[in-house]
Amino acid sequence: MSGHATFEPKNPALKWFESRLPLVGLIHSSFIAYPTPRNLNYWWTFGGILSLMLVCQILTGVVLVMHYTPHATLAFDSVEHIMRDVSYGWLLRYMHANGASMFFIAVYIHMFRGLYYGSYKNPREVLWILGCIIYLLMMATGFMGYVLPWGQMSFWGATVITNLFSAIPVVGPTIVQWLWGGFSVDNATLNRFFSLHYLLPFMIAGVVVLHVWALHVVGQNNPTGVEPKSEKDTVPFTPYATIKDAFGMVCFLIFFSWFLFYIPNYLGHADNYIPANPLVTPAHIVPEWYYLPFYAMLRSVPDKLGGVLTMFGAIAVLFFVPWLDTSKVRSGAYRPLFKQFFWIWLAVCIGLGWLGSKPAEGGYVIAGRILTVWYFVHFLVILPLLGLFEKPKAVPASITEAVLGKNKGAAPASTGAQAPQTKG
Amino acid sequence: MATTGTAETTRRDFLYIATGAMGAVGAAALVWPFVSQLQPDASVLALSSTEVDLSLIEEGQIVTVKWRGKPVFVWNRTAEDVTKAKDVPVASLIDPVARNANLAADAPATDANRAAEGDGREKWLVVVGICTHLGCVPIGHAGEFDGWFCPCHGSEYDSAGRVRRGPAPENLAVPPYQFVSDTKISIG
Ligand code: HEM
Ligand code: FES
Repeated sequence: MSGHATFEPKNPALKWFESRLPLVGLIHSSFIAYPTPRNLNYWWTFGGILSLMLVCQILTGVVLVMHYTPHATLAFDSVEHIMRDVSYGWLLRYMHANGASMFFIAVYIHMFRGLYYGSYKNPREVLWILGCIIYLLMMATGFMGYVLPWGQMSFWGATVITNLFSAIPVVGPTIVQWLWGGFSVDNATLNRFFSLHYLLPFMIAGVVVLHVWALHVVGQNNPTGVEPKSEKDTVPFTPYATIKDAFGMVCFLIFFSWFLFYIPNYLGHADNYIPANPLVTPAHIVPEWYYLPFYAMLRSVPDKLGGVLTMFGAIAVLFFVPWLDTSKVRSGAYRPLFKQFFWIWLAVCIGLGWLGSKPAEGGYVIAGRILTVWYFVHFLVILPLLGLFEKPKAVPASITEAVLGKNKGAAPASTGAQAPQTKG
Repeated sequence: MATTGTAETTRRDFLYIATGAMGAVGAAALVWPFVSQLQPDASVLALSSTEVDLSLIEEGQIVTVKWRGKPVFVWNRTAEDVTKAKDVPVASLIDPVARNANLAADAPATDANRAAEGDGREKWLVVVGICTHLGCVPIGHAGEFDGWFCPCHGSEYDSAGRVRRGPAPENLAVPPYQFVSDTKISIG
């Protein structure tokens, strides 16, 4: 981690401490002197935004627990108590509930960024896989959190998702019983989900440390996909990246505040304000928006085990992207065909998300099948073949040349790249 | 471990392996309670039987009772419902097995094997009200087959609670139950 300047403490007390635990030096080399490519665009600010959202979730979560009661007969009322009686309880709960959605918006943008600019390619495979693990942990955390208010959607969401495991041959039904701690979703389920909902965010924080560590070993990718070759290609993290990240965070927080203060229930579901009733399923159950594309895939396969495998496969395939993409050119900016297929795939993901919110009937199911097939074809057929047949554009010799020279091919493809609200 | 020096097995290798094996057994013994606690506990198991008074159920009515935290449907079927269910050839069913906890595991899914046993009792259908797809509670008297329709992913069941349209793979389960008198059943 050699930077533009190294940390040499002058202060004797700090010197004494540094020689015993080089903590300040580590922070200095990671977040101050750390060389970042000079051409990073705003899609690169989402890593910082994600860290901010994780801190926000943990802070609001820890405070919510001070007022929340994890019991099947009391949970719903305790959430209402937070909303009505606890001073600023409404704010803390809305921050937490909407914060989860913001966290997912940010992670989807962050992942799409990686997929577009080829950030998963050699030597960043481990970095990418750690990211996929964080994403999985986030999904588990969000799912278990949504169960805690113990409304109708909490209950039936938990029922449907835990039942996915019953599709596993032979041991499936036993696994489900052991997940529930009973014969249906009930108090035992709520308690264990609460425990895990508290634990998982700290595991995420741990994996984030590994993710950032891996990042600092291999260095950041950049819009050209060309590795920095000289000092001229990089700038020190502080002030350049720090200020840019901070600006990105402020903009993101404005977006977050708009949801928080004007439409705090827009991303939620009205049925979750009805207390859980194990005897009546709501007429139309849908998961939280961030799971919708996967839900659409689940429903488009008319076979139980097949549907479950398809859904998990859609996530599993992400882990293999570094090896499925055979192209030698890293950044999508220099890959004319890949670029088109990327946007089609993004549209497919958003389409699947929309279909996931629709009832499972008629044309919706057929459209869901077509898009599901396309999702997998993109990864399993198009990505490997493109690398062999596509003729990439000329890649600049260096980042500096791309930034200062005529060859500006790597300008961020910002058109049509509004914050995607749905993922794939 | 003992590859330095001689390749021969030594007394020390034996001690290493024996110690490691003991350690592994100990670790497994310690892990077990952590896994085992996930099971349904004694208080959950204790609540496992429910009685239903059939005399209160009108002809054509489906009543939902709670058993082990789950809904159970008790349906007083009309003669027409029964005939319709009987007319369906078992071979044409998605799931040709009765799924009746009171019968052998491979009993065919005829209406007689799905309904209550005994003279004049065939009108009674007792099934766990949990869709065999992903566990939603299906809506009664709905769907194309005059049984149930599941609002979650569109599975449909007929008047014997047999699945007639996917994605559900199995017929609605018939729970273990018996008649304690002519008008009362005990489920569980
Ligand atoms: C990765 C970070 C986290 C995510 C994505 C997340 C997500 C969620 C979600 C989606 C809900 C449901 C909100 C609702 O609709 O009411 C929720 C509820 C809750 N979470 Fe979290 N959470 C995170 C971290 C935490 C942490 C660290 C704690 C505790 C230390 C916590 C405690 C709670 C509590 C008590 C509730 C129930 C109250 C409520 O429903 O608002 N969460 N969480
Ligand atoms: S749970 Fe009934 S169709 Fe999926």
